[in-house]
Amino acid sequence: MDKIEHLRKEIAQREAELADLRARLAAEEKLSCAESEKKLDDEEWKWPLEEHDYQRYSRQMIVPNFGLQGQLHVKHAKVLLVGAGGLGCPAAAYLAGAGVGTLGLVDGDAVEVSNLHRQVAHATSRVGMMKVDSAVAYLKGLNPTITYNAHATHLTPQNAEEIVSQYDLVLDCTDHPTSRYLISDICVLLSKPLVSASAFQTSGQLIVLNNPPGKGPCYRCVFPKPPPPESVVGCGEGGIIGPVVGTMGVLQALEAIKLIVKGDHLKNGLINGDVEEVKQVGLLLFSAMGDVPFRTVRMRGKRKECFACSGDGTALTLNELKTSMDYVQFCGVNQPVKLLQPEERISVAEYERISQEHRSHLLLDVREKEHFGVCNIKGSINVPISRFTAHRGQGSDLTDLIPADVAPDSPIYIVCRVGNDSQIAAKKLKDLGVDRNGERFVGDILGGLKAWKETVDPSLPFI
Amino acid sequence: MASNTAEATAQLSLIVEFSGGLEMLFSDIRRHALTLPATDKDGNPSTIAYLIHHLCEHVMKDTRRELFVLDGHLRPGILVLINDADWELEGEEEYQLNSGDNILFVSTLHGG
Repeated sequence: MDKIEHLRKEIAQREAELADLRARLAAEEKLSCAESEKKLDDEEWKWPLEEHDYQRYSRQMIVPNFGLQGQLHVKHAKVLLVGAGGLGCPAAAYLAGAGVGTLGLVDGDAVEVSNLHRQVAHATSRVGMMKVDSAVAYLKGLNPTITYNAHATHLTPQNAEEIVSQYDLVLDCTDHPTSRYLISDICVLLSKPLVSASAFQTSGQLIVLNNPPGKGPCYRCVFPKPPPPESVVGCGEGGIIGPVVGTMGVLQALEAIKLIVKGDHLKNGLINGDVEEVKQVGLLLFSAMGDVPFRTVRMRGKRKECFACSGDGTALTLNELKTSMDYVQFCGVNQPVKLLQPEERISVAEYERISQEHRSHLLLDVREKEHFGVCNIKGSINVPISRFTAHRGQGSDLTDLIPADVAPDSPIYIVCRVGNDSQIAAKKLKDLGVDRNGERFVGDILGGLKAWKETVDPSLPFI
Repeated sequence: MASNTAEATAQLSLIVEFSGGLEMLFSDIRRHALTLPATDKDGNPSTIAYLIHHLCEHVMKDTRRELFVLDGHLRPGILVLINDADWELEGEEEYQLNSGDNILFVSTLHGG
């Protein structure tokens, strides 16, 4: 295992070195090409873009209202992408392709195989490499003529000012409320427009915030209170369709390009309110499975009493952000479920023994049917947790939860992914009187399918 | 007298939609065509607050009400759009419903 890890790292390192060499070669070639051209006609290059720029960007430059001026804006733009994942990869690819002069990427994670179906800038050969380095290797292949900054760290209240201040436009490509509030706050404080997108399962959302800086609403204006932590489900748990998040990332790049071409990113809070009208802010909702897949809804403007952007003496300051903001605490931490007593829970080893002894029992797997369909414990019956949470009242029909042919004294064991929903389901059955005041065992399997894979059946394709 | 009865039984037809995962709480149905009394039991015009109460009592099958309502109000992280506009532009919970209104509840997404 160590050897594999070592080889992976070695490969990743070589890949990075190769990417760097290729970029240097491209730069040298460009230079020598320019020099030889110079020698040929000994005449100064007299056009505002470099010769290779005209070739590379010709197709977008001839689009109405883009033009040379648009390309010059793009060339001088410095754009930061926070997150080099499902949103950040496609967004970065299009921004690099378009010739954004400086692209910065912030991400503290390494590439995993499960990222690859959607995070299109990474590669199987770069699994284990830092995402920012992997993405830059890909982007240099796409466009070696622009500058890339890889910030191999998570954005924190401590490093946010130093990183974000180097850019004039920010894309929020992260995956958690904590980072979303932090990014919005630092963009308000440093007067950077923010293009924010998110995606989950088959849905996506997109909104341009703090645009123009100091005038448009910030993330807190739109979402003043964070959602309760138990309602926040990540892509790792809930799943995500690649093209759904890809669509949102591409749309982010488009919004960024629109902003840059118009020069809005350079307005940096210099507007004094008299000229610039704040446009109605729209939130784009993408629902891949809906009858109307794209929908734009009108959102509120700036919130006068906003904690971050109200602009009065009580608003957040850079120093406060750095020294006293705790975004994790603000958004809350998901507490582990503790509904059952230790004697109501059995270990996976214990369950393995029970099933080997062929003792009469019922094993309910309460994961959703997609999870169950991928892998399950032999003999288990799938009753998704939503059926338990939808069940109302005592004395009602239980056949939707427990198969009718199960003996009334057979113990019931409940299993789920990691051991949270199984407690909820067991508690529900007890509340419904299924355990007959303790006469019949109703309990769950500690650690769920994850523990089953770790201790009993390592072949289980656990997701 | 007759008009009084008509008023008392006047109904509103609404389209109520759920997205961003909220449909899970409403039998996995995204679009509900509902009729609601035009006034509440005290004779006041039906508002969004009344609609939310009605949804909890009569439409939601899931018992996890806390994923929709917390402390008597819609839980943070859910946007309400009245005819495609943020409800904050329309008076929030106090907005008086009209027949034909489209009310969309969207859970904010965080993944990326």
